[in-house]
This record gives sequence, C-alpha cells and structure tokens, in this order.
Amino acid sequence: MLSKDEKGEIEAEAARYETRQAAAIDAMRIVQRRRGWVSDEAIAELAAFLQMPAAQLDSVASFYNQIFRRPVGRHVIQICDSVSCWLTGYEPLRDHLARELGVGLGGTTADGRFTLLPVACLGACDQAPAMLVDEDLHTGLDAGSIGAILDRYR
Amino acid sequence: MEPGAVQTAVRDANLKGRGGAGFDAGQKWSFVPMDEAAIGPKYLVVNGDEMEPGSFKDRLLMEGDPHQLLEGAIIAAYAIQADVVYLFLRWEYRLAARRLERAIAEAYGHGLLGRGILGSGFSLELHLHISGGRYMCGEETGMLNAIEGRRANPRSKPPFPQTAGLWGNPTVVNNVETLCNVPHIINRGADWFRALSWTAEGGTKIYGASGRVASPGAWELPLGTTLRELLEQHAGGMQPGYRFRGLLPGGASTDFLTTDHLDIKMDFASVEAAGSRLGTGTMIVLDDRSCPVGMVLNLERFFARESCGWCTPCWGGLRQAVQLLEGLEAGRGREEDLAQLESLAAMLAPGHTFCALAPGAAEPLGSALRHFREDFERHVREARCPWSER
Repeated sequence: MLSKDEKGEIEAEAARYETRQAAAIDAMRIVQRRRGWVSDEAIAELAAFLQMPAAQLDSVASFYNQIFRRPVGRHVIQICDSVSCWLTGYEPLRDHLARELGVGLGGTTADGRFTLLPVACLGACDQAPAMLVDEDLHTGLDAGSIGAILDRYR
Repeated sequence: MEPGAVQTAVRDANLKGRGGAGFDAGQKWSFVPMDEAAIGPKYLVVNGDEMEPGSFKDRLLMEGDPHQLLEGAIIAAYAIQADVVYLFLRWEYRLAARRLERAIAEAYGHGLLGRGILGSGFSLELHLHISGGRYMCGEETGMLNAIEGRRANPRSKPPFPQTAGLWGNPTVVNNVETLCNVPHIINRGADWFRALSWTAEGGTKIYGASGRVASPGAWELPLGTTLRELLEQHAGGMQPGYRFRGLLPGGASTDFLTTDHLDIKMDFASVEAAGSRLGTGTMIVLDDRSCPVGMVLNLERFFARESCGWCTPCWGGLRQAVQLLEGLEAGRGREEDLAQLESLAAMLAPGHTFCALAPGAAEPLGSALRHFREDFERHVREARCPWSER
C-alpha cells in the first residue's frame, strides 16, 4: 500500500506537470527512496494512483537505469565503466571490488550490505576512476583506497 | 529590454549551442511563435543531462555557480516568453542537485521566479526534474518524452520542439553551458562576446581533458584555442611513461584526431573541417599503453547498452559491432571482420537512423579503423590483443 507520505509527495510532483502520468519517474523514485526498490505490487499501486496502465508504467520503469526493479543491498555501489575510467584503470578496480565483496556486477553481498552495479560516465573524468556509493561521489580511486571507503558504509 | 531585443542580442553574439551540436542559439529561439494568439503555455527545458562519456563541464558549471545558470534560464525564458522552465538533471549529479535546489529556493525568495518577477508583468515557474537515467534523455526529443513520464525514445521531426514540444506546446531545449553565456551577453553586449573568441564563433568555451594527461581538468578559454595549446599548456602534456596516440575532441561520439591535427582551432567549424566534431569540447586522450580496439569496444558497449531500441540499424548494428570488437579483443578476429566493421560504421551514418545516437557511435568506430588500422590488423594477425598480458 502507498503510504500517506508517499501519496502526498507524489501529488506535489504531479502538480508540476500537465498530466499525472508525467510524474511517473518521480513517483517511482519516491517509492524507491523509502523501500530501496520498486516491486511489482508497487508498480500496480502507482499505476492506479497515476491513472495509467501498469504495463505502461513497467515499460517506463525498465527503461531507466536508476529505477531498480529488484531488491538491492543497504548501500548501492555504482562504478563508472565509461571511457575515461576505462583508460585509467576501471577494469582492475572492478575486479578488485568484486573480489572484496564476493559478488559480480549486479550482485548483492550475502549480508545484504552492498549491491554492485555499473554506471555510465559519472562526469568526473578529470578525477577518474570514479564511483558512487549511495549519493556520494568518490574519485581518484585505486585498489588501495577502496577498502577504507567501503568501511564507512555499514 | 523587450523579448525580441534579447533574442537579437544573442543572435548577434553568434552563440553556438554548447551541448554538442553547435546550433545557433538565437536562431533556435527565433522559431518559437511569439504572437499573443499562441495557445497554451510555452516551455524552456534546460538540458543538464550530461551523460556523454568523457564530458564533465556542465557538472562543474552547476556545482560551481548554480545562480549563473538560473539567471541564464530566466533570461532565455523571458526571450521566448516561456511560462515554465524544466531543469532536467541527471540523477547521478547529487551535489549539483542540492546546490540547484537551494539556488532555486533563493530565486523564488527574492522574487526572481514566480508571479510578476521584479514587479514586471512577466511570470515564470521553474521546476527541477531529476532524470531516471538514460543517455537517450540527452537527445532533445527524447528529453521531452522523459519529462512527460514516458520512455525517452526520440520523436519524429518535424514538427520541431519550438512549435510542438512538451505536451504539444512550443518548447526550447538549451544546454547548461549555452545558457550560462546568456547573462554575460545581455550585460556586456554581442560585440564584447564575439571579441572573446579567436574565431568567427563567439565567446569562450569550457574545454576539458581526461585520460593519461599530466593535469586532467577543465578550463574556460577563448573559443578557437588550438588542440596543441590545450594538450601541452593546460593539460600539461602526457603523464610520465605514456605517449600520445590520439584523442576524441568532444566526448565519446566524436571522431578520433591524431598528432596530424594538433594545430586545429577548437571551434565548431574548424573541428568539422578536420573530419571530427567539437562536441562537448571535453577531450579524451588515448595513450600508447591502452589498446585502441579495447577503447572502441568500451565506447560501443556504452552506445549499444544505451540505444533505446526504437530503430533497427541502431540496436542491431551496435550489437553486431560489439560482437565483432569482442572477437578481435579475444583473439577470434578475422580479416573480413574489419571490412564488416567498416560497413557498419558507414551504415550507421547520419540519415540511416531515427536519431543521432548511432551516427555518434559510428564516429569513433569509423575513425579508429582509419587512424589505427595497423592496431586492428595486429589483433587479427597475432590472434590476440597485443596489449593484453600473456
């Protein structure tokens, strides 16, 4: 069930557009911020609330990289896999992270602490390689600095 | 100043759009219907969806001076008499989002947004739209679909957004850096702005460099600064132990340039004459210790992943390009694969696809096959990537 707070926030977003449907992406993010991801049940409820078909909302959800349709860990690591990071050592960094966490790209650690995902260019190319952990940008990464960064996220 | 005078000043300044395509900003505004009879609201969309790999200038502008961008957006909205601005920001730019939210609240607080701005008859609402995340959102018409809560597939043109954009109403989409120039043009005049550059195109440009250069970064310099000055003086040359092989002058979707091109002026016309595009003006430098085929594979994987799937040459062609490049990198490449890659690069050229994504993907692919032919052939001959450790 959508909570009262969720409904209120979605209504506020919907008021900023010509149509209710235009708030689709904002609505899914409002749900995701509280629940971590957007479940099938949430899609159905949101679609009803936005007065649009659930199938259409699902096709919007699956189009966008930052809408998660599967559960994620408490912290989401998004490592940039684009060209400037590739030139400055993204691949060994990714392999190091995967070994440290014991999961590959798309995986969630057994304790539910981290999900590891690739992301397109984070626009930090002058300080590559870069990654996001939740909403924090970390730059100038190397295998030696990763452990201390991850320790901050419990 | 009347709205028409603002449009004229920007047209006289010869401000080329800084998002990558270089379309004349004043001319873009001039297609918006200005008669009182125009039905329904008009919109300005600020394109802050900087997702072109290797580009980081708009992030710096939004984080460093959000007020400058808002001022530019308000003036641009006034010039086309827009009712609403949507500032489209990629989700990943969290710091920029926080600073913009604060600056927007300040602007409303000071009566610079809202009803009757500064006691004038002009009213304007400005909303921050945080993207769901997809490269296609950066395409002008894809962005309109994204704001309407749809998949960011491109729309057919004509009609152009200036007459039929958001919800069918007149809409202008301007890049962040483009709008950041506007307040200065209005304050100081078109002549002053044009005189800032070394070339016929007006103003300054935020240039940048990434890769194995000594001092990666971004610099505001006169439009038309040479590649050599950017690379040698501002980026400080290459890092010790790395040699220069080539560069993409303005993001992932531009053609490679090599040592033969270092004396070209970095403006839209000169880079195009050299066979590439200025694009975003943030260059990506290829060094001798990185494999050109591997770099192109990284680029094509990005484009293939971000393709919206709307038209067949794009999704099918890019998938095939990735498969062929993966084969070369894995030592399974055949001589005929190079001809096939060349034919794909030609097939994905402008005019064969619905939007500019695939033509952009073809630029580094086709130019790498020309400039780094020997490196591609070595992958076939040696049945391995010469840069991989054995």
